[in-house]
Amino acid sequence: MSVTVEDPRIIEFDVRTDEMLVNMGPQHPSTHGVLRLLLRTDGEIIHEVTPHLGYLHRCAEKIGENLSPVQWIPYTDRMDYLAAMNMNLGMALAVEKLCGIEVPEKAMVLRVLISELNRIASHLVGMGAYGLDLGTFSPFLYAFREREIILDLFEEVCGARLTYSYLTVGGATHDLPNSIPIPPGLASLTGRPQDEQVSWMDAVKMFLNWLEPRIKEYHTLLTRNHIFIKRTAGLGIMDREMAIDYGCTGPVLRGSGVDWDLRRDGDPIYTRMYEGYTFEVPVAPFKDAPREAVLGDNWCRFYVRMMEVVQAISLVRQAIDKYPTAKGEYRVPFKMSTKLPKDEVYLETECPRGAMGFYFVGNDAAEPLRARAKSSCFCNLSPTAPLCEGFLLADIPAVVGSLDIVMGEIDR
Amino acid sequence: MTAEEIRNLLVEQFGEDRITGANLEAIDPWVEVAPEAIVDVCRFLKSDERTQFDHLNNLCGVDYFEPDEKKQKKFGHEPHVEVVYHLQSYSLKHRITVKVVLPRWKDDKDGDLPEVPTVSGVWKIADWHEREAYDLVGINFVGHPNLVRILCAEDWVGHPLRKDYEFPLEYHGIRGK
Repeated sequence: MSVTVEDPRIIEFDVRTDEMLVNMGPQHPSTHGVLRLLLRTDGEIIHEVTPHLGYLHRCAEKIGENLSPVQWIPYTDRMDYLAAMNMNLGMALAVEKLCGIEVPEKAMVLRVLISELNRIASHLVGMGAYGLDLGTFSPFLYAFREREIILDLFEEVCGARLTYSYLTVGGATHDLPNSIPIPPGLASLTGRPQDEQVSWMDAVKMFLNWLEPRIKEYHTLLTRNHIFIKRTAGLGIMDREMAIDYGCTGPVLRGSGVDWDLRRDGDPIYTRMYEGYTFEVPVAPFKDAPREAVLGDNWCRFYVRMMEVVQAISLVRQAIDKYPTAKGEYRVPFKMSTKLPKDEVYLETECPRGAMGFYFVGNDAAEPLRARAKSSCFCNLSPTAPLCEGFLLADIPAVVGSLDIVMGEIDR
Repeated sequence: MTAEEIRNLLVEQFGEDRITGANLEAIDPWVEVAPEAIVDVCRFLKSDERTQFDHLNNLCGVDYFEPDEKKQKKFGHEPHVEVVYHLQSYSLKHRITVKVVLPRWKDDKDGDLPEVPTVSGVWKIADWHEREAYDLVGINFVGHPNLVRILCAEDWVGHPLRKDYEFPLEYHGIRGK
């Protein structure tokens, strides 16, 4: 067997060591929460990876069977806590589909605005944390500085900074605010007085105008960084068939070259929210990819997320333009004691980390007979073993980080 | 293809005794398959060029049971367990739901898990979904390569999403109440 100099096995040729079992996690910083990977290693080379989940299991589905859907919404916040608005939306839409509720236009525009803004915040964390996994600290600080402003804006909307429970069955809990004190981070970044009162929409616009040119800087700092490319490109390659077979969705699937986005190809109740908006679905391979990048590798998955931020900015802008003229109210009333019809529904929505599915079985009672949350990260994590086996120990954070998992969603 | 066409195709291919029922008026139309035929049906649905269901969206178990005797009349379902498969095709952009109906306990013997053949050989992701369904709902997927608990601890007793599940009062010295 011929080997090239790049082959990681070559360094092992002179040194023979015994196989060793190593626990990576559940407290390891680069496993993004409480994921435990049991590794069988020979020196630096990984022979076998066994992921162990469940450290954050909170019986969300069992609780869901004993609560009405509106009461269950705060539990969906705590699944993917980095994109709680998108979780709320997915659950609310599933119940609306089951009960046949039509949401007014204004509520739909509001939902697009809020969920896309949350998508930006979520991908910013994804980007920053991935840099942190690979040993660069500064992108993380920039990402959190930007995300902080989005959290401030959400705080003005619903009072919470992480677990919003804002989008609910029938629309949202209340309308968007008019005039707010300018978020302190935004004031200092744009050089405005700290005590200024601005309209919420203007604050979002100001933030987007400020954020958009920064994306180029992130690319210089991270995406086009020589070290970053060396660590990510050509590693953790997942081809199209493998990604589909392992049920991967979202940026992981699109990084493997499958042109599929539920905002465009999903259920009509979801896609009609996005009617009249123009947006592109970034799919690998990219024309401007570095020479080393291969379809379906870590770099492609990361780049899909970065491109999605650009699209999300454009979607938020379009929603802001539509909002003042949108017809109807921000919600239709939905009683907590509304009985769910004797039917069942499964609905997937495009969350930042992939297709989050909610499955409800109604049985003429306010509480569903079965409430199931199919996690996108759960599926995205499942190919970890075949992706990592045969690579070096140091590549594991690069592969797992590129899948961008949130354990709260996996363990539920 | 519409759900009706898929149902007819399956009946034509496998016969009425293996495609045991369907509800095409439901919000998500479903087809019911006999447990012993589920692997053949899934393999056919995935490979046939008219269906091409290459993606398994979701696989989960549902326990139809009402432990409270007073409410059983209103409940309206015979006690049983279902395994639900949500399928989707990326190329043809259609969806279908496939169901398998099982008894709550194998041979009505409390504690013996009902059995259904595994589809982890058809879609790789079914491996983890089936482990979860085994862990939480208590369904034995026969032929599964590694059927161990995935979310609960390895030594956990019982299957929490069963309707008659009793919460443990003690776990390794930790009081439950």
